[in-house]
Amino acid sequence: MAEGHVSNVKKYVVVYVVILAIAALQFVIAYSNISPSQMFARMLFLALVEGTLGLLFFMHLSENRGLLWFVVIFNVFVLLAMQYGWTDSFRLINGVPWAK
Amino acid sequence: MSQAEMTLPGHSPAGHSAAMEKPAFSIPAKKMAMWLFIIADTATFAGCLVAYGFLRNATPDWPRPFESITNVAVMTLILVTSSLTMLFGIDAAKMGDKAKALRWTFITAAFGALFALLHVREWLELIGQGMTLFKNPWGTGLFGASFFSITGLHLLHVTGGVIALVAVGLRYQGGRYNADDLEITGLYWHFVDLVWMFVVPLVYLLNLKH
Repeated sequence: MAEGHVSNVKKYVVVYVVILAIAALQFVIAYSNISPSQMFARMLFLALVEGTLGLLFFMHLSENRGLLWFVVIFNVFVLLAMQYGWTDSFRLINGVPWAK
Repeated sequence: MSQAEMTLPGHSPAGHSAAMEKPAFSIPAKKMAMWLFIIADTATFAGCLVAYGFLRNATPDWPRPFESITNVAVMTLILVTSSLTMLFGIDAAKMGDKAKALRWTFITAAFGALFALLHVREWLELIGQGMTLFKNPWGTGLFGASFFSITGLHLLHVTGGVIALVAVGLRYQGGRYNADDLEITGLYWHFVDLVWMFVVPLVYLLNLKH
């Protein structure tokens, strides 16, 4: 095991610093004067970037393309399938309890 | 022909060597099992967060009670750092340095335990202000239900992860587990960190008191 392994500590530290910087940016955005939908979009985008960095480098998915595609495709499909409720969510704001 | 003979390469009744099949994605079965668990758990947390989004969007009196972000910031720093220390431990294990690997694994577990303590302290503060699963002094009771269930589910995962890290670390020390097993436990720990990266902006930062 020890013979073939190359230490990646420097790479991990760089990714760690980048993730912390993105988290700090999220905290700054939280106090900015923008609309809730804009804030949500920016927060989600930054969280996705953090998550991608974690998946690729901390969880080593960058080293296994086949597994990366398997994880990404399945999760994206499930996430998209969960979005069916937004129509109901917006309908409830308008106070319409049942479909006519 | 005995059952054992039939399972040997070249002796399978189907005519192919089932025992010599290449593992899926060229990773050991136990690592694949952990990835499948992570995928399933991602769907669980995604379901909770998306449902929280539906509720928040549809509720006009959604409270924004969080005044200070210090505690959340410290908790985030601790959890992300614990992912780094886990990587140090796995790196050391793959280099054959068992003592160093153990040290970093237990440091990771300690960070996880600290995170859990800070989280419980935060919960107690909110409960002390009158927040429960069903009501709070600021707005809709759905806030407490969604907050405690999402963060509670994450806290449960962190607690389980700390226990797993200690258990796997001790067995690695005893020679029963190897670097691969440590790496697989590390995958779970990184997943728990990744979930937190979504919980913080969506549950805490979007509910800051302005």
